[in-house]
Amino acid sequence: MKFLDYAPAPESRALLGLKSDYGLFINGDFTPGRGTPFQTINPATEQQIAMIATANEADVDAAVSAARHAYDGVWSRLSGSDRGKYLFRIARLVQERARELAVAETLDNGKPIKETRDVDIPLVAAWFFYYAGWADKLDHAGVGPNPASLGVAAQVIPWNFPLMMLAWKIAPALAAGNTVVLKPAETTSLTALLFAEILQQADLPAGVVNIITGDGSTGATLVNHPGVNKVAFTGSTSVGRAIARSVAGTDKKLSLELGGKGANIVFDDAPIDQAVEGIVRGIFFNQGHVCCAGSRLLVQESIHDDVIDRLKRRMQTLRLGDPLDKNTDIGAVNSAEQLARIRELSDLGEQEGAERWSADCVIPENGFWFAPTIFTNVSTSHRIAREEIFGPVLSVLTFRTPAEAVAKANNTPYGLSAGIWSDKGSRILAVADKLRAGVIWANTFNQFDPSSPFGGYKESGYGREGGRHGLAAYLKPAVRTGSRSITAAADHPTTPVSKKSTSAGKKSASAEKAAK
Amino acid sequence: MTQSPLATYQPAQRALALIGGEATDANLRRYLHGIPGIDAVGLEARAADLGTRSIKTSSKRWAIDTIIGLIDLTTLEGADTPGKVRSLVAKALLPDPGDPGTPRVAAVCVYGDMVGSAVTALGSAHAAGGTSGVNVAAVATAFPSGRASLAIKLADVHDAVAAGADEIDMVIDRGAFLAGRFGQVYDEIVAVKDACRRADGSMAHLKVILETGELNTYDNVRRASWLAILAGGDFIKTSTGKVAPAATLPVTLSMLEVVRDWHRLTGVRIGVKPAGGIRTSKDAIKYLVTVAETVGEEWLTPHLFRFGASSLLNDVLLQRQKMTTGHYSGPDYVTID
Repeated sequence: MKFLDYAPAPESRALLGLKSDYGLFINGDFTPGRGTPFQTINPATEQQIAMIATANEADVDAAVSAARHAYDGVWSRLSGSDRGKYLFRIARLVQERARELAVAETLDNGKPIKETRDVDIPLVAAWFFYYAGWADKLDHAGVGPNPASLGVAAQVIPWNFPLMMLAWKIAPALAAGNTVVLKPAETTSLTALLFAEILQQADLPAGVVNIITGDGSTGATLVNHPGVNKVAFTGSTSVGRAIARSVAGTDKKLSLELGGKGANIVFDDAPIDQAVEGIVRGIFFNQGHVCCAGSRLLVQESIHDDVIDRLKRRMQTLRLGDPLDKNTDIGAVNSAEQLARIRELSDLGEQEGAERWSADCVIPENGFWFAPTIFTNVSTSHRIAREEIFGPVLSVLTFRTPAEAVAKANNTPYGLSAGIWSDKGSRILAVADKLRAGVIWANTFNQFDPSSPFGGYKESGYGREGGRHGLAAYLKPAVRTGSRSITAAADHPTTPVSKKSTSAGKKSASAEKAAK
Repeated sequence: MTQSPLATYQPAQRALALIGGEATDANLRRYLHGIPGIDAVGLEARAADLGTRSIKTSSKRWAIDTIIGLIDLTTLEGADTPGKVRSLVAKALLPDPGDPGTPRVAAVCVYGDMVGSAVTALGSAHAAGGTSGVNVAAVATAFPSGRASLAIKLADVHDAVAAGADEIDMVIDRGAFLAGRFGQVYDEIVAVKDACRRADGSMAHLKVILETGELNTYDNVRRASWLAILAGGDFIKTSTGKVAPAATLPVTLSMLEVVRDWHRLTGVRIGVKPAGGIRTSKDAIKYLVTVAETVGEEWLTPHLFRFGASSLLNDVLLQRQKMTTGHYSGPDYVTID
């Protein structure tokens, strides 16, 4: 027997008590959807996990009016510290149910349990803890004193980090005093619905968060609904464009976090073994389903062969297989559709003349899988160097000088992330200064922290998530008339209560009363 | 720069070719500082990641037996006596009296003056560098500080080899290394290697202790590793066990990476020995995983990997008993040596 054929070490599914059917979470309760339900499958086995409801127009309407009602009646009147209490409670419940959420996420998404256990779910809790602390400190969010919330936020999130994207959206929205209607991606609704159960456990007032499921048309109905004040979307650039178009001309505030084609730049003085780890983490983490993935490796020509040799050796140790096995590094691709796109672009790479190399993996019979792959001899004009593949496929390009590295890194319609590997601090700073990317990692890659703003340039979208900037995306400056400032609730003309609010001090006093 | 008298020893031509000249401080500095650096955060993250591998059932069983066979069972105390060494040897030969099928350890590791006692106690079970039985390893060169004249260090080695030591665990002169006198460190290792030659021309195996806890940075550890290998060390070893921190997973990983790179460069396989601070099977399994995933599974043999440890064996035996019987026993079900 070979030691490296580690014996199976599957995480138990026993603690997961899933229902066979899930409804929509509207106004604090699960209700059946009025659209046609659809199945959610485990992409590693193609077996059905549960049936998920589809929200039709009437359901979207119900969800938005529940959110409006909760905003006017409860949430906008709560003091920041009371909102914070709910967020802290949610964070603790996420931690308590972390293992269950990790298993559910792995089942539904296909990503390895190692990642859901060590990255996704801990970050979900961290996001709620972080924004819980902000809820009573909005004066310091950078939009001036006594900022106002926006109202009802419509949030549409992708399938690559289902629960984490939910946390990135919901935590700052609630901290800032907004209420939410969230639509998870069609293929990964499960953990959002488990999260709805957590909201019930946390006694979050009904309607503050509503979770509706369905396909893209449900999402479109939601963002187009006239009752929403804010649209936040993470996903593909094409859908982002459509949303920007539909929101244009309305007073809805919009933030978009879209695609990317991140450059990971390795200079000849880089800490080479850590750089190889960073390359692996940059593109093979989460099967490459990462909008900020380091999908373009820019390596200095003088060390190209050595880096590629080391990278290939390292890739041979990646373990592809059962996502629930604790030793799995590469899980399943989330859907047949995504797998088809990865295959199509990879085949195109070969046709265009790049050299393809894949790690030697046994591909399971069922499910959607793609072996970690690198392309060498890639030129900037190849489609695999320009288009987002959103899979475990790395395109390797070379450069000769720092100036060339910067030029090639910036030569993309996207601008979400980049990485720099060098032992020379001054070079890192000089290059980072010239890169047009929202997130730049130095001697690391794909690290996330709730205190750090995240977002893109150009076709990677606009607006920031995380940190103080992420909070500001859900706030607006206090509207001043004379010496009076009109706060969040007052901004919505249909609320009689809000018209009574006057100064900030009185407002918060009355809000505390309301909270009791 | 004054020419060290040690330069009269003939170092390997390969090393000279690599360095691009004589093993002077300047040439060695140029070479060692040309090796890519280590990012400490990244190295530690990789080590932590390797530490999360979940080794269960049949893999764990294999790992437990492999660990026992890789242990240098060690006693390095001022209070060591022939009786203590006999007891250690008995344990090395029969780690678990309750299960004679338990593998033997790789070697016993003692101070130089105890080598004779160890050899006698082993009797016919003395492997003497062969493949069956147990080796005798001796620490030498004014272990653990290395603060003595070269003549004394070499005499220390000669005595241990003459008394039947199969392996010599030397310490480098950390003071000289930190002062940038790489040539001196190099020449000393070359000299000690030469002193490992037996009367019949065969060589005792040389393990070079870097004392990573005193070198402090991973970059230093990497350079010292290259230096030790260039100078002819058969093994690179983390620590004496007398300085904290002793072996850590990141330090061992960084040394394994050097060994891997040396193999890529020359085709020669060098051994690695983490020593000190590894006390539990759980920790030891993390090292096995790190070896297998960094240099390859073929390194998990006593010729290429060892654990320098004293208390590790008993924890591994408890785990082994648990896997055999299905329940945990307790400290009174393994022997103290």
